[in-house]
Amino acid sequence: MSAQTIAASATCPECEGEITFARSPLASEICTCSDCGAELEVTSTNPLTLELAPEVEEDWGE
Amino acid sequence: MSNPLRIALLHSRVRVEERLLYEALQERGAEVELIDARELVLDPANLGRFADFDIALDRSLSLTSSLTVVRILESMGLRTINPSRAIDICSDKLRTTLALNRAGLPTPATRVAVGEEAALEAVEQIGYPAVIKPTVGSWGRLVARANDRDAAEAIIEHRATLGSAAQHVYYVQEHVNKPDRDIRVFVVGGEAIAGIVRTSKHWVTNTARGATAAGLEVTPELARLSNGAAEAVGADICAIDLLECPKRGLLINELNHSLEFRNSIDTTGVNIPGLIADHAMAVAQGAGRPSVEIGSAQRTGATV
Repeated sequence: MSAQTIAASATCPECEGEITFARSPLASEICTCSDCGAELEVTSTNPLTLELAPEVEEDWGE
Repeated sequence: MSNPLRIALLHSRVRVEERLLYEALQERGAEVELIDARELVLDPANLGRFADFDIALDRSLSLTSSLTVVRILESMGLRTINPSRAIDICSDKLRTTLALNRAGLPTPATRVAVGEEAALEAVEQIGYPAVIKPTVGSWGRLVARANDRDAAEAIIEHRATLGSAAQHVYYVQEHVNKPDRDIRVFVVGGEAIAGIVRTSKHWVTNTARGATAAGLEVTPELARLSNGAAEAVGADICAIDLLECPKRGLLINELNHSLEFRNSIDTTGVNIPGLIADHAMAVAQGAGRPSVEIGSAQRTGATV
């Protein structure tokens, strides 16, 4: 099994599971916790901080 | 050596698409700044920090946010992708229909009403099944099919009672008996660069609603219609959704100004973010930086 490079990691604010990033995260980037499925947003890159992403709003889309 | 182009990448969430665009622009030598539109305080009379940019590439998820920010920046001379006019038209199905009709492009038969009884008459004129859509909305939300008069009455009553004032515009279209799929063509800089088919057993074939996507060759006819649609709304970049009508052939269903493409790169083999970045760079090259101070003479005419 090939080892995956981990550029950064943080703790899921919902379930406290570990979230890992293969590339350096960007502010406002969205990720999903593989443990609990929560959709998370990077609110700070230094220190790396995650919060639950906002719910989809009425005017979101393409 | 000339200064690198400076590009403001406006966003709310940074999804896969925004990251790919950010990286593609950087790879091409641009200085890219990710700017969260939710954090902006804008002076409608002064570009402020935006005067340092050659172009703003809008990728906000929120239509309201996109239009607000883009209108302000554009009015002071900063070139935006897309322009506000394109966002305005693409985001409103009625305005899209009007623009396509003016351009002589084929669309599904449509009726519009603003009263409940008139809405039912609109449905009757279209015939059953009919599709009732909100004029503003995305990802297939609140799109309803009325198979008979009872269903139409229920949909109209619900919207009249529970919907906002905007939901009281009844935009009714013929249900096109398409073959379990629709077509999406990506247009960048006036060129149809890639196509996909979205297949679903459900009559709503949005990938946001579970449809699966596969690559599709862009035929000359698809390219002609898609490029014509993009031109009709003044979009630099957009995704055109088309339906295959058994009787009338290809019909343009709607246009999307802020396309999602993450699942279409591998399926089409086309570097969509790369081509968008190329176009943004080319436009930025020609746009020139706006002046900081704003006078009436510098307004670019972001007409709606």
